[in-house]
Amino acid sequence: MNCIIVDDEAAARAIVSQLCSKVPEINIMDEFDSAIDAIKFLNQYKVDVIFLDIHMPGFTGIDFIQTLKNPPKIVMTTSDTDFAIASYEYEAIVDYLVKPITHERFQKCVQKVKNSSVAKPQADASEEQENASGEDLYINIDRRLIKLKYAEILLIEAKGDYINIKTETKDYLVHTTLKKILEKLPEDRFLQIHRSFVINFNKIIDIEDNSVLIEKSVVPISRSNRPELMRRLNLL
Amino acid sequence: MKETPNLEYVDKLAEGDEAFRQKFIAILKEELPKEKIEYHDTIKSSLLQEASEHVHKIKHKLNVLGMHNAYTMAVQHENELRNGEQSFKEEFLSILNDVEHYLKTI
Repeated sequence: MNCIIVDDEAAARAIVSQLCSKVPEINIMDEFDSAIDAIKFLNQYKVDVIFLDIHMPGFTGIDFIQTLKNPPKIVMTTSDTDFAIASYEYEAIVDYLVKPITHERFQKCVQKVKNSSVAKPQADASEEQENASGEDLYINIDRRLIKLKYAEILLIEAKGDYINIKTETKDYLVHTTLKKILEKLPEDRFLQIHRSFVINFNKIIDIEDNSVLIEKSVVPISRSNRPELMRRLNLL
Repeated sequence: MKETPNLEYVDKLAEGDEAFRQKFIAILKEELPKEKIEYHDTIKSSLLQEASEHVHKIKHKLNVLGMHNAYTMAVQHENELRNGEQSFKEEFLSILNDVEHYLKTI
């Protein structure tokens, strides 16, 4: 089993690595102190199991799982038992280890991982049909091209070397720029209203002086982008 | 009674692997003083949410060092910091000083 360890604490990574070293079937491919770096790795290599800390600053383990369309088996590691309930919402999570992890508990975890089979999402035939109309966009996540309907997209936020595409059901973290994705989106539906934000024009609920409400998200409007937004409103 | 840090868990984990033991102790010696400074700075600047993040990291090390009562207190401190309170800060800092001193002896 090819594994990676994701935890912002070096001590925690060392513990999981030591426990893995006692299991001949486990091959630790790499360790990461941030989820973002792990995503970059997953875009390049096939991984069977991720040992993933839930509580990481900025981008949590749960955020990380939500960005993976077809995640490998995931073992959550945490100091907080409170997160256990949240972890059961994700099919990819096969076990939940509370720190400090013991040899005995880790052995049980390895058995669980071996015996588990993570269900892969099945494509819906009717949805495929609907999407064959040029109303969608393909994004590259976790070595897979995922189809997103324009109508699903609420807004897109720049996050360093990534963009976060927010839809009604899920967020997708994609390694690209706002400029590049804007080139792929229909101009009449999507508009950049801030250096870091592109919105789906059809999803606007209301507009205040310097912000737009998109579903539950308040998005800032920059001074330079405001005239174009107002011009579009006049067209409506 | 005051708790004393110990390496019981680390030794159990190492199973005689001295290289791992030394590597792990080196990580503790490197990380804990930094985390203590970061905690202290955020408390001083009244950045209690950030301070709670540092307590979260540190509490795992207290558990690893067999300080279970200190761990329980750290959990309470982390939670109170999230709610804008800091009644355990002196006690927590005192524990960190003890742990830092202990790490210098091993």
